[in-house]
This record gives sequence, structure tokens and C-alpha cells, in this order.
Amino acid sequence: MRAAVVVFPGSNCDRDMAVALKAAGADVQMVWHKDAALPERLDLVAIPGGFSFGDYLRCGAIAAQSPICQAVVAHVHRGGYALGVCNGFQVLTETRLLPGALMRNSGLKFIGKTIGVNVTTTESGFTCGYAKGDELQLPVAHHDGNYTTDAETLAKLQGEDRIAFTYSDNPNGSLADIAGVLSENRRVLGMMPHPERAVDAGHGGTDGQALFRGLLGQLTQA
Amino acid sequence: MKARVHVMLKNGVLDPQGAAIQHALGSLGFTGVEAVRQGKVIELDLADGTSESTIVQMCEKLLANTVIESYKIEVL
Repeated sequence: MRAAVVVFPGSNCDRDMAVALKAAGADVQMVWHKDAALPERLDLVAIPGGFSFGDYLRCGAIAAQSPICQAVVAHVHRGGYALGVCNGFQVLTETRLLPGALMRNSGLKFIGKTIGVNVTTTESGFTCGYAKGDELQLPVAHHDGNYTTDAETLAKLQGEDRIAFTYSDNPNGSLADIAGVLSENRRVLGMMPHPERAVDAGHGGTDGQALFRGLLGQLTQA
Repeated sequence: MKARVHVMLKNGVLDPQGAAIQHALGSLGFTGVEAVRQGKVIELDLADGTSESTIVQMCEKLLANTVIESYKIEVL
């Protein structure tokens, strides 16, 4: 599987993401935000966590307008896979590749801790390595993870089984405890918890491994 | 020319920051503050003759996230 990790000024989980993908067996390239094109024959583009452009204006808003994001949108429209974690999730909603928006946490505080995250669907390349109902322990580290969308979109997400992850104990006020959502074609996932920070027993557990391994299995078969 | 863009959360979108401000005003002894909504104001210095439709595009593409925010343009 060929993967690229996008790096913005202010990204800080880009190398963790690359390590997690490589550990699962992917061939990984880093891509700078000013690049206008992604590497050829790319299977997956990952948008990492961090504080791209200092979170100015709105989290992810400036990054979503960068040249590389045009290429990310084109990649997704061609049927490519995309994973956005934390700030990456915010960027994917700002590009409208995923519905909804991430607002300031309801408690107004930055939350950095390991919490319970439930696998809500296994029907995607990202979640096929888990069992439905698995409770993962994954780190969260965000100030703006309060997912919101209108009632119609929520009903659609639920009806189409597109809520990938929910929180066991909602830390940020997210609508319907949503921690991660899938696109209509199930090839784009955005999530606030950090699976890439949970792929090494020496660093915060290994509950994130199955996401990367599952993805690799799916994309290597294809 | 100058334009001022007011960006507010749409009605119906919960505003945790506004709620915190409302609570703080109550703590200071101000009674009767029934709701607080927080938004932002963006001032633009523009080349003379910039059309309002261009400013609308700026709002739609970047200045507001129309999923959760509404905007109002004031040309000064």
C-alpha cells in the first residue's frame, strides 16, 4: 500500500502517523502543504493531528485551502482513501469531504487523556480489523472535538451506518457521542481520537494497530 | 474601501463559549442576561470597487464555515 502523510505548518502527529503506517507495512511518503500534487498511484492520504496554521480563523480552515488539499479532494473523488485524525478530521470537514463540523469542547477545556472509544461499524477498510462493539483505549488531545451536524445529516449518518466510532464517556459534548465518521463511499474516515498514538506497547497501548493493519489488508488485496 | 464581516454561530447551534460568558456575567452579579452568543468580526481593507459578490465568495470559501456559522457583510 502506498500512503502519503500531509504536513502543514503546525502539524505535530505527522511522524507518529508515518511510523504507524510503516509499522503496518505501508510505503509512506511525507508531502508538504505547498505541493500541488500527491505521489502517483497513491492508495491512502493521511492528514495528521496538530494545530495547522495555529488554528487561526477556525481549526483546519486555512489548511483546507492549501494547494495539497485540492489534490486530496481530487484523490478522494477518484475513489482514493483518506484518513484524518484530530486536526486532520477538522481539515476534512472544512474541505466538505466529511459532513458536519468540530466546535469548541463543551467544557471549553483542552482534553488530553486516554479514553474509551467504541467501534460502531466494521463495514469499512478502517474498522474491518475490529469487532463491532469493541471498546478501544485511545488517546484524545484536542480543544475542538465537539462534533455537530444538523438533524437530517445525523439521521443519514446513522441510517447509512457511517458513524465509525463513539465515545464511551463523551468528553467534549459531541452530538450522539460521535468520535469518528465515514464518507458516503466509506473510504474517508475522520476521527478525533489518535489511533497512531496507540500502536506500540511502549507508548500508550496497541489498540490503534488494527486500524492500520485492517486498512493495509483491505488495500493490499485490492 | 473597507468591509466588516460579522460571523456568528447559526441559531440552534449550541455555543459553549457564549454559555460560559453568560455564566460569568451572572457570577459578577449582572441579572437578567438571558442568552449570550459569541461571534467574530473580521475587517477587510479592500481595493476600491471590490464587488459585494466577491466578498460573499470570501465568506463562503473561507471566512465562515456555513455548516455552523452565518455571516453578515457590512461595507463601510
